[in-house]
Amino acid sequence: MSDKKIIPGPAGYMPEPAVFMGVELPPEGKALLYGEIVDEEQAMREAAKAMLTKPNPTIFPGPQVLWNWKEDVADKAQAILELASEIPNCRIIPMPDYRPKYPKIDPEAEINPNHPNLTILHNKIEACIFVGVHCHYANLSLRMIRAGTNCFTIALCAFMGHEEAMASLRDVHADDIRRFKDVLVQVRNELGIDWTPKPPPRNPSLPKEEWEALNPLDYGDYMHLIIPKKGEENVTETE
Amino acid sequence: MPEQKVVDTDYLLLEAPRERKFITGAQAMAEAVKRANVDMAIAYPITPQSEVMHLVGDLYAQGYLKDYYRAEEEYGTMSAIAGASRAGVRVFTATSGPGLLRGIEAIASWPGHRVPAVLGVLTRVVNAPLSIQPDNIELAYLLHSGIVLLHAENQQDVFDMTLAAFAISEMVDVYIPVAVATEGFFVTHAKGYVEMTPEDMKLPARDPYKAPVPVTDCEVPPARIQRDAPVQKSNFMSYLIHAVWQQEVWASNMRAMKYINKYLGGPIEVVNPEADVFVVASGCAAAQGREAVRYAQQEGLNVGLVKIKSIRPFPAKEVKEALKNAKAVIIPEHNIEGWLSKEVKAAIPNSGIVTDGPRVYGGMTLPVELIMEEIYKALGVKGKQRVVI
Repeated sequence: MSDKKIIPGPAGYMPEPAVFMGVELPPEGKALLYGEIVDEEQAMREAAKAMLTKPNPTIFPGPQVLWNWKEDVADKAQAILELASEIPNCRIIPMPDYRPKYPKIDPEAEINPNHPNLTILHNKIEACIFVGVHCHYANLSLRMIRAGTNCFTIALCAFMGHEEAMASLRDVHADDIRRFKDVLVQVRNELGIDWTPKPPPRNPSLPKEEWEALNPLDYGDYMHLIIPKKGEENVTETE
Repeated sequence: MPEQKVVDTDYLLLEAPRERKFITGAQAMAEAVKRANVDMAIAYPITPQSEVMHLVGDLYAQGYLKDYYRAEEEYGTMSAIAGASRAGVRVFTATSGPGLLRGIEAIASWPGHRVPAVLGVLTRVVNAPLSIQPDNIELAYLLHSGIVLLHAENQQDVFDMTLAAFAISEMVDVYIPVAVATEGFFVTHAKGYVEMTPEDMKLPARDPYKAPVPVTDCEVPPARIQRDAPVQKSNFMSYLIHAVWQQEVWASNMRAMKYINKYLGGPIEVVNPEADVFVVASGCAAAQGREAVRYAQQEGLNVGLVKIKSIRPFPAKEVKEALKNAKAVIIPEHNIEGWLSKEVKAAIPNSGIVTDGPRVYGGMTLPVELIMEEIYKALGVKGKQRVVI
């Protein structure tokens, strides 16, 4: 039996959270690997190996790297693209927001923290990277993925990291992503994997919305947000 | 108001020089708020808390806070605290007994909404018949809310815990509310010596973008928690998201422990770790327990104290370790239910060594004699006590 605490699942119907199992976040300069505190390099190499050898490796960028909301975001997003281009057959599937997607998510176009396993299982993803996802939502997603799938999860966190991920790096910014990319290329060469860097395929995404032709029925459950009820006039601009 | 300079959190909490003042517990809480760079406080009066928010109101008038108002009642207070905090400002409020229970639905939603608010709880009877006297049964209602709960023994604890609470609550890996509780009147209205950091230093401002959730007005994506609550559907995914969300609240609560270790010297204090008999207590009862241990030692009795500072996260591992050689454990409390006794019994393998009490409630004081009687019983000491109390 493995003495690794946090390994790819499925861990079960309602598994114990990693924190309850005694996993602690690493101090600055360290990383988490299978729930143990290790050197960054060691975690990076194992994460790289997973992304290079497991089926359907995918990067899930979150809102913090999808929206250009502060100065260093564009560079970080560029670094993620550079990383993706070095991973054979890597895809990028975004987590653009945290609202549950009803009645049905398009699992090829996006992933959602309320039901991440739909995207993981539909695409048969067995290795993934979370980056730019707010920690609370990353933890929810990582926990559900470990419970219900066999996916090897990697967290590139701008803050302190994630106990639920099999490999977790902390304080990750653009330069650190490029450092991870360099390690990944090194591991790829060691494994003898031949790959010419190229950008990941375009996200199939949802059909482009024709705002002028949009029917209120297209809003589904959210229709009440754009159609005031009788006697109501308070529809804000954001809605 | 003196010009305040922002200093590093670790410096203010761990290294800054301290000045000794003789003040009440209510003053100590307000003095901590003064140094915490609080943006907004929302008040609703109730005895014995009112003194705290009066003093915090004075801070607003002096320019320490940007906003302060009296809400319509506690439910409104606690709801407004959530809204202000989610919008990105540092907030503080305080309440007592019935006020806590009136606001508890909103308070219990704070951890799940990742609201890093600081709440003062100045305890008071909650049961009928109406009373304003101290009794900490209300803390039993907070134990299962997910909130970090610190219990102050005296005025010094009130200052230290309140100031640290602002730092702990806003740590990215914690980011849930922290309540600082102490006994009404016994601590809030009594004076004690408090070593305080300089008045002209304050914590760094809250950075709402250094957070595990997006700062939001709850109306715009990406996280309209209130409106787009994932649990509004009846299916497995909805149940699962709520389950892992609850786990995340309690995981965050557990992560607070490392900051309690760092800023408050750990979740427990142990006096005479080699003792045969331990008094285990929190809050004001720990002060009486401390006196009992002092008297017992004067009588040559091998008695120790385990003061529990953090009720949530509960330091089960530390308590178990501290009591591993104990022959008897006495748990004095200021409530009828004995919530601390239940926590301790659940943490140790030999709960049969625990004496449930002495307990006082309804506003009664906790005479040291009551604890001494239990110590004599536990040690099999007969006859008259040798030290006059």
